[in-house]
Amino acid sequence: MREISFAPLSARRLLVLGGIALILIGMLFGDIFAVFVLHQNASRVGASLATAAHAALRGDRSQVDTSFQDVGSLLENRGTKVDTHVHMIDFGYLALLLAILLPWSALREGTKQHLAWLFLTGAGLLPGGVFLIHYVGLAYSPLQSIGWASIFADLGGLLVLIATLGFLLGLGKSLGLQDLPGTQDALLLDRSASGRILLVGGLAMVFAGFLHGAYYAGVDLYRHESLDSSILADMAKATASDDASAVDHSLEAYGQLQGDKAVKIAAHAHIIEFGLLAMLLAFFQAYVALRDTWKLRWAYILIIGSVLLPVCVLMELRYGLVAGGLADIGGLLVIIALLAMWIGILRYTGQLDAQNGDAR
Amino acid sequence: MSGSRRLLILGGIALALWGMGYGLWYAVFAEHQALNAIGASLAATFDAEAERNLAAADTAFRHYGEAKYIYDRQVDVHGHWIGLAMLLIVLGIGFDRVAFAERRKLALAWALLAGAVIFPFGVLLETFDHGPFPRAIAILGSALVIVALGGITLGLALPASSRR
Repeated sequence: MREISFAPLSARRLLVLGGIALILIGMLFGDIFAVFVLHQNASRVGASLATAAHAALRGDRSQVDTSFQDVGSLLENRGTKVDTHVHMIDFGYLALLLAILLPWSALREGTKQHLAWLFLTGAGLLPGGVFLIHYVGLAYSPLQSIGWASIFADLGGLLVLIATLGFLLGLGKSLGLQDLPGTQDALLLDRSASGRILLVGGLAMVFAGFLHGAYYAGVDLYRHESLDSSILADMAKATASDDASAVDHSLEAYGQLQGDKAVKIAAHAHIIEFGLLAMLLAFFQAYVALRDTWKLRWAYILIIGSVLLPVCVLMELRYGLVAGGLADIGGLLVIIALLAMWIGILRYTGQLDAQNGDAR
Repeated sequence: MSGSRRLLILGGIALALWGMGYGLWYAVFAEHQALNAIGASLAATFDAEAERNLAAADTAFRHYGEAKYIYDRQVDVHGHWIGLAMLLIVLGIGFDRVAFAERRKLALAWALLAGAVIFPFGVLLETFDHGPFPRAIAILGSALVIVALGGITLGLALPASSRR
């Protein structure tokens, strides 16, 4: 039986190491963003909205417009940071997924390598470009409404799209995913305890995330939407009747509603994303060159962190900074466990290269 | 490769391509207009309030509510189709570890694929019709996904020797 290649600079090695690195950087960025930017930004959005409401109360239209421009700028700052975080992690997931599917692709190894480089270049370029959109703006741009940062971000997206389509074309050519005769893939044969914990734990998290999502849709979604409307309508009536305290009351209720929505959606999204990550990592345990006990420990730490973060995010409204801090620790546990597995895979590549006489 | 694995992987890839294509169409032809409508109608509400024009504020506010209702669902549809597609592919890769007989695995795979298609489709229909029918489709789709995921989780948690 011939083993599926994990040689130096092979497509699979590039996608595995590059994919996990993208997820690590994306998560680290997300943790830093959550601690230093997210809450401060939300407070400023709330303050600008309050300024707009009070300006409307005074009949000051120009101040209303200025405040809404501030809200727009703050939301752009927040939106581009969230997009950077999400795209980097999702491209990492996609890289890992492609790495597993590679043996079924009917492309030559050289083509796969070129596609892997193209994918990783685009996967770095898009989030980098998106991050810079808020700072670069339209400076030196040849276009009226799209800046250089957006242009490079779009170019990155295009590269990822071309590379992914290339890989899919290879899968399409392999006649309905037939297994390659005479080959075996260590990733699919692995039945280690750490792999099993990650696969079952990951799927249980996805399952819990779906149950929570269904509960949210059934109990909170329509209530939130109707509250969103009624609070803003109350604010309009209070402004028309020059009732400043009622405007303040509506603003406070609106802030609480947005907070409630944000934590519930964040908890739902994070537990499913972490579950998917655990399931993907389950397949790569064969490449993690650590002792079995340590592989098991890192798997448990990843699962614990993955559950801690969304659960504590859900409790943030009731327990404030304590829950927020615990959620950040949960995120940190996931990052540490992922880093440990990444180092384990690096060790495996070293051992493999030494065996093949490629060690320098 | 077994039929259930192939169904999940190929179905997942097809759904991912569909979800990405839908997202691309929405981003190019509809998203900017939707965001402009949300921002402009909210600003118009406050402007009308500043002028003490309650009727105009009410109209602008209704536009804001409708635009936001549609935008939230469009983003959800795109995100859920792609997210579910990734889940289908990952599950497909590891589906031989589910400790059930192939026939039962095929039923679970069909239920999951059907739910993954129907659930976001129901949410999409809500943007055209606010009545109970689209909501019922979305609920049916999500119920299929939840039941199938529960079954697969059980099948993965059971030891391989209990295959039946």
